[in-house]
Amino acid sequence: MVTLKINDQEVKVAAGTTVLDAAKKLGVNIPTLCNHPDLCVAGNCRVCVVEQTGARTLIAACAMPVSEGMDIHTNSLKVRNARKHIVELLLSEHRADCTKCYKNQKCELQTLANEYSFGEHIFLDLVEDHPYAIDRSSPAFLKDDSKCIRCQRCVRTCAQLQHVSAIAVSHKGSHMKISSFHDRPMSHVVCTNCGQCVNRCPTGALTEKTYIDQVWDAIYDTDKHVVVQTAPAVRVALGEDLGYDPGERVTGKMVTALRQLGFDSVLDTDFTADLTIMEEGTELLTRLKKVLVENDHSMALPMFTSCSPGWIKFIEHKYPKMLPNLSTCKSPQQMFGALAKTFYAQKRNIDPSKIVSVSIMPCTAKKYEADRPEMRSSGYKDIDFVLTTRELAVMIKQAGIDFRTLEPTHYDSLMGTSTGAGVIFGATGGVMEAALRTAYEIVTGKPVPFNNLNITPVRGMDGVKEATIKIEGTVDEWKFLEGAELKVAIAHGLVNANKVAKAVSKGKVNYHFIEIMACPGGCLGGGGQPIPTSAEIRQKRMEAIYSEDMHMDLRKSHENPEVLAIYKEFLEKPNGHKSHELLHTHYIERESY
Amino acid sequence: MYHTGNLVKELAEKHGRKRESLMPILQDIVKKHNYLTDDAMVAVATELDISAAEVYGTASFYTFLDTEERGKNIIRVCKTITCSMKGKNDIVSTIEDILKIKVGETTPDKMFTLLETNCIGWCHKAPAILINDMPYTDLTPETVIDVIKGYMRK
Amino acid sequence: MENKGLTKVDLIFESIDVRKVMTKAFEMTSDEIIKEILDSGLKGRGGAGFPTGLKWKYTAAEKEPEKYIVCNADEGEPGTFKDREILDRAASKVYAGMAMAGKAMGSKKGFIYLRGEYRFLLPQLFVELHKFHKMIHEIGYDFNIEYRMGSGAYICGEESALFESIEGFRGEPRNKPPYPTVSGLFSKPTSINNVETLVTAVMIIDKGAKEYVKLGTKDSRGSKVFSISGDTPIPGIFELELGMTVQEFVNEFGDGDTKAVQVGGASGFCVPRKRFADTIIGFEGVPTGGSMKLFNSSRSMYNVLHNYLDFFAEESCGQCTPCRVGCQQLLKGVEKVKKGEAKSTYLTELVKLADTMKVASKCGLGQSVGNAFRSIVENFREEIIY
Repeated sequence: MVTLKINDQEVKVAAGTTVLDAAKKLGVNIPTLCNHPDLCVAGNCRVCVVEQTGARTLIAACAMPVSEGMDIHTNSLKVRNARKHIVELLLSEHRADCTKCYKNQKCELQTLANEYSFGEHIFLDLVEDHPYAIDRSSPAFLKDDSKCIRCQRCVRTCAQLQHVSAIAVSHKGSHMKISSFHDRPMSHVVCTNCGQCVNRCPTGALTEKTYIDQVWDAIYDTDKHVVVQTAPAVRVALGEDLGYDPGERVTGKMVTALRQLGFDSVLDTDFTADLTIMEEGTELLTRLKKVLVENDHSMALPMFTSCSPGWIKFIEHKYPKMLPNLSTCKSPQQMFGALAKTFYAQKRNIDPSKIVSVSIMPCTAKKYEADRPEMRSSGYKDIDFVLTTRELAVMIKQAGIDFRTLEPTHYDSLMGTSTGAGVIFGATGGVMEAALRTAYEIVTGKPVPFNNLNITPVRGMDGVKEATIKIEGTVDEWKFLEGAELKVAIAHGLVNANKVAKAVSKGKVNYHFIEIMACPGGCLGGGGQPIPTSAEIRQKRMEAIYSEDMHMDLRKSHENPEVLAIYKEFLEKPNGHKSHELLHTHYIERESY
Repeated sequence: MYHTGNLVKELAEKHGRKRESLMPILQDIVKKHNYLTDDAMVAVATELDISAAEVYGTASFYTFLDTEERGKNIIRVCKTITCSMKGKNDIVSTIEDILKIKVGETTPDKMFTLLETNCIGWCHKAPAILINDMPYTDLTPETVIDVIKGYMRK
Repeated sequence: MENKGLTKVDLIFESIDVRKVMTKAFEMTSDEIIKEILDSGLKGRGGAGFPTGLKWKYTAAEKEPEKYIVCNADEGEPGTFKDREILDRAASKVYAGMAMAGKAMGSKKGFIYLRGEYRFLLPQLFVELHKFHKMIHEIGYDFNIEYRMGSGAYICGEESALFESIEGFRGEPRNKPPYPTVSGLFSKPTSINNVETLVTAVMIIDKGAKEYVKLGTKDSRGSKVFSISGDTPIPGIFELELGMTVQEFVNEFGDGDTKAVQVGGASGFCVPRKRFADTIIGFEGVPTGGSMKLFNSSRSMYNVLHNYLDFFAEESCGQCTPCRVGCQQLLKGVEKVKKGEAKSTYLTELVKLADTMKVASKCGLGQSVGNAFRSIVENFREEIIY
């Protein structure tokens, strides 16, 4: 243990602790900008400088480990003067058109400016000296370099969490900036649109591309029938943007709010999550049969899940040879979209051209996914607009809804019924667990042999998880699987996905089925979720997801009555002709940069 | 534009495929072709299994690892204080006149690119320029013409 | 004030029997070598002036089996060109310093990081290196030196930025601690020394610390190679004993009309005529890595300052706020004042900014921009404004 003094208070902390964390322990708040709990220390922005008695210069609290006898002052005159200067310098290179900015009141630089730099600015405006242009090429997000303060959180996110490095620091000195490969448009590089950078950008330099106004327009258009679906991870995080602590489940209130916003039908992506399990589970069993029994290698094993559009784009760029290993199933969002303008339209007797299909997603890559040219199997754009959890919170505030006082209500019935298996799609391991709950029962006629159906080995925040399920007591149709050991793996965060994909591509591992989610923690840590994010916050959301599952009457996808009904009335059978037409897709090999 | 061909592969064999091989590989490409094309940077990224944006970000940090098209001979005129005091502007305008290009430009025949650069370490013999790797010092408008003409003849 | 006057010395370029001194060092223990260097009072000749003996002692104390000796030949400070000359004329002594350092610290591997601007020196340097390797292996050294090239980035002269560059990254300085002696190149204990420092170390071992300390002053032992340029009739490389005043220096090298001397390059200090007599060139006065630039009364100090600020705005690595934005603000600020678009009192704000850069920047570059700025603005305020 190391003893030091901060603002004349003594504190004992473990060796290796930073001055920043030691101060936190005393309840002393040191402002930061480039620092982020998910990322390595940078020590770039210098906002956290503090004074160490006897030191020649100020020190960066985030990067300085404590040492015995240190005497730190976090609010001395020297510190305040330097900090004010630093904030002023950042403001001078930042286009501070705050009232026009999407991040207004959610901007960390603005908060600091509020504390350190009100009144006249000291320094000259440097924004005009740079030829800035906003990159609007991605359907998922905007990159506005004129608001960038070069903290490099995005660069570290893209490298350390996602192993993508679609953006990197380029040039030096006054020309230093954050660039894609040779400053190509973000839509033309390896970017997966995961939005993890958006989630960590302290300013308005990286923001989701918002479709709030378009959705309002659709709602106000009396000629349109606007359906909305909500992804599983939204209900455990939306509260954070509306004044609740992380981990609060707000499903019922959210449904009520969506109705009050004016959506004609409030439906659930969990329904198509259950449907995905039917399709993907059947696909897995078919692949197992073809490859293992019939020795037909036209299908590839292991099979990767395909729900995460960030992951899809990642593998298209980085491991195109493994595209045959991707499940052909569309994501729940896109299955929903395809059915909304076919099945739903028929059942409700609505002209599909009048349907506007909106989805509320924890994800920015879903905006990109909805824009993929393949995603038009209804004959229309299957999903018209994708809003993030954050955008929904904005709409709720815009409408003046007092969220806390809302009475919870239920989803509408057609494509609104779901099971706990659908809910857990929002957490890493959830798709795997849902698939196992169903596949095991199809093959053996018995529920998975885990207490309360909770397949704990596939849960939790480890980057890569593995499990082996022994299949015993098979029914006649699946006799060939008797005694077989189904090997599965789960990875979340593309840095972990890359480890698994690399091992598979090199033939070093022998899995049958692999779940991949692009974002840390799965969708609950998605790029469209409320800001800030951290391991603790994601843990709380995960606990909420599993609690939501435990509160559901039905917890297995194949028991979802609406799913059973849609096969009977419309799709006929999993992986059948109609399914292939509407619910499955194909992938595209993309450039490596 | 040039074709990268097998060059990057050969350089990766020579220098290795670790991150520390990046600078020597980029330097050797530039030595041969004077600048880095996008294709070359993508090829390097592939060989080293790093992202192309990382290669670009690293290259663009270094003044001599040009990522824009350059001529066969790159003239870098020192613009730091002593060379500025000792007639750098005359040197630049002389070169601009004979090559008919401005600073930052390349001749249409792609033989010369004219750039300014920071201190090249010849302050006692200012003004000084580098042409590719070679320094030329104590220049006057007359002598610099001879130097450039020498390269024109090559 | 200890004043030694101006004395020319010939140590660095002195032709010596390198084999003999290498043999002598080979027979000394690690502690003996380090003690000699400590006793000599040698401080780093790159500009920062850290005691070389201490650096060697700290690195030697590290238990890690893999350690590196790095020679910093990324000489980029405007007005400095002595390392090029040393490599050109005395490369074997540079190599000898590295091998000796390797012996003292238990390192078998050395790297020379040579700035890209000096690439033309390489063929000759390789020839000498080949000969040197052969010679020390005959003596019994297990030490090998490789070259790594820079590609035009001033900041790579900063030690941790230099490591980043060798490792294949952008030359961005690291957070310290850890210091290079603990975790340097490839995260291994590393002693990084300037070209001239290494040669000086060889001369100290050759002649003995006792002899060496006779040169220079208490705070600035020995002699130093100066790169002299600007308004002087005799620009060039001169080795001088430390401890002279700027006035004595100007008497020797000035053109009779010197109004200011910039000591230590763009990151150093500007000494105006009125301070020539009472300013010692050395760590007790104005320290320098060797750059001495003289300006006569025909020069506009605004142009000098503008040139330096333009240099820093381009050569800052750009990662930390005070340096990246601060350099741009200083540059734009003096332009506005000069044009009359900002009040002259704005210079006071800029001096305060320079002070912030000094205490809040991540590395020595940002921390030293203020030196030139403050000393030029304070001494030549009228020239900046009008």
